[in-house]
Amino acid sequence: MSHTLTVEGLATHFHTRAGVVKAVDGVSFHVDRGEVLGLVGESGSGKTVTGFSLIGLVEPPGRIAAGRILFHGQDITALPEEELRQLRGNRIAMIFQDPMMTLNPVLRIDTQMMETVHAHAKVSNAEARARSRDALGMVGIPSPEERLSAYPHQFSGGMRQRVAIAIALLHRPELIIADEPTTALDVTIQAQILAEVQKLAREHGTALIWITHDLSVVAGLADRIAVMYAGRIVETGAVVDVLDAPMHPYTAGLIGSVPSRNKRGTRLRQIPGMTPQLINLPAGCAFRTRCASATAECEADPPETQPAPGRALRCFHPQAEAS
Amino acid sequence: MTTWIFRRLIQAIFVVLAMTVIVFIGVNVIGDPVEILISPQADQAERARAVIALGLDRPLWEQYGRFLWNAVQGDLGKSFVFNEPALRLIAQRMPATMELAVTAVLLSIVLGIPLGLYAGLKPNSFAGRSIMAGSIFGFSLPSFWVGLMLIMVFAVQLGWLPSTGRGQTATLFGVQWSFLTRDGLAHMLMPALNLSLGNIALVLRLTRAGVRENMPMDYVKFARAKGLSPVRVVFVHVMKNITIPIVTVIGLEFGSTVAFAVVTESVFAWPGMGKLIIDSINVLDRPVIVAYLMMIVFLFITINLLVDLLYTVLDPRVRLESRE
Repeated sequence: MSHTLTVEGLATHFHTRAGVVKAVDGVSFHVDRGEVLGLVGESGSGKTVTGFSLIGLVEPPGRIAAGRILFHGQDITALPEEELRQLRGNRIAMIFQDPMMTLNPVLRIDTQMMETVHAHAKVSNAEARARSRDALGMVGIPSPEERLSAYPHQFSGGMRQRVAIAIALLHRPELIIADEPTTALDVTIQAQILAEVQKLAREHGTALIWITHDLSVVAGLADRIAVMYAGRIVETGAVVDVLDAPMHPYTAGLIGSVPSRNKRGTRLRQIPGMTPQLINLPAGCAFRTRCASATAECEADPPETQPAPGRALRCFHPQAEAS
Repeated sequence: MTTWIFRRLIQAIFVVLAMTVIVFIGVNVIGDPVEILISPQADQAERARAVIALGLDRPLWEQYGRFLWNAVQGDLGKSFVFNEPALRLIAQRMPATMELAVTAVLLSIVLGIPLGLYAGLKPNSFAGRSIMAGSIFGFSLPSFWVGLMLIMVFAVQLGWLPSTGRGQTATLFGVQWSFLTRDGLAHMLMPALNLSLGNIALVLRLTRAGVRENMPMDYVKFARAKGLSPVRVVFVHVMKNITIPIVTVIGLEFGSTVAFAVVTESVFAWPGMGKLIIDSINVLDRPVIVAYLMMIVFLFITINLLVDLLYTVLDPRVRLESRE
């Protein structure tokens, strides 16, 4: 069966004066129809750049240096810009992190929605407006007809993110890339948006890549999880498996640093050190400087292994059973 | 909105009042026009008659009071030299200056914005860098020198364009305009370009800065992620955001363009207000100086009001604040 999206060995490099920044370096994963993939990692792990690579919006000096991005079997890294444009917002949509910044402050909501409709469909203005209104209604914006003529500053952050989601949903995309869309929102709003997106993805069979640093969001939302560290995916698997029994020391560290009720009274564990500089990163496991189990062996690149069905790992010293 | 305009108008009245006081005192300090106006052979009695005729025997506050009283009735006094109402003198010369200034501002928009867009979108290209380097000349070369060079090259050496005067004019609304005839346009091209050089550079640099500032913004990336064409992203999304500072600057610059036209008008012998004011200052023709400065103040106030009104059209966030 062909996946909605298959990424093979994607490498996105930024050529700066100080050296080559390998923001994404050999990332492979796939998402299926109706599936939610949580792409988890700290700031600077390359998850956002991965997201932009998927829709061909990497800004110079960055560029996709290697790898293939197969969307329904078609390699979109090779597509000319115009064909990519026809995919963007149409079959692959993206939702951004900060809802206060994503909408153009000086254009009305209807302008910003209708132009998206017109970009991919030859329809009348009335039809475009109707579609926009319906999309607003779908994401739970009250009285969508009136809200269409409002400006972004007349919406709250949560409402703006709903508008952004409505825009992403306009063409019923087969794939949505959501880049930390709830990070900037209140927890209550966050929960509403999560529920909304989950419902919409399930109803329409949309494949969803949810980029986040928040494991608790992924735990409730995603089917599978991919953990990124320093431009590489270090561990993938079903959410339940990975969160219950993380095998990569980094995943284990991430889970350990989330406060939770059944760890009351114990000290939170933290991962020592910080994420490495991506400029001229030395070979070998990038996590080894912060890893308790690191040995001399880790100075070589750990190969990808499949310790269990549906799971992949890049580590010489898998954690036996952590919880 | 109405209260806002009303408040602005009241503020404007105070600005004009303050301006009249400053100007009135100023022109009284710079010299005695009687010395220049009457013939050197005139005797004491003649001189006294002239002083009384011009109303200069009264104390300053009374002269000011009279001036104000007449000004309210639309009379800014009679020119000492031409013995004609100062306002009429200015009104006769104004169209020439206005069409020159408007053309100059139009040129700065038509040339400045596209060049600025290009330089902003392709900042590292050779053309982009050249535009930026060239713009430095635009605002650093003295305008009179550029004017003389233009005349040297295009009028004297190449003989393509006329160098002085307004050329043939045509009448519209009872006023003579140069821009209506081919010959007039040919006459206007060089002075207008000369007058606009600084503004082109300014608008260009402002546009480039706006583009450079806005392109990395999330809303631009989101617009691209929606699958919009690059043309729409730049000309609708980015343009709408950068027009606000550009409109402000163009508005303010229009005022200074009218004021700076003095230099260009002198170089190209363009019969506008600038020439009139220079001559009037030379002979201390107080009413004309006062009336001219009042005109300029009035112009600035009107432009600022229009710019503020334009803001509310361009930036929806401003509209809400004025309603509150």
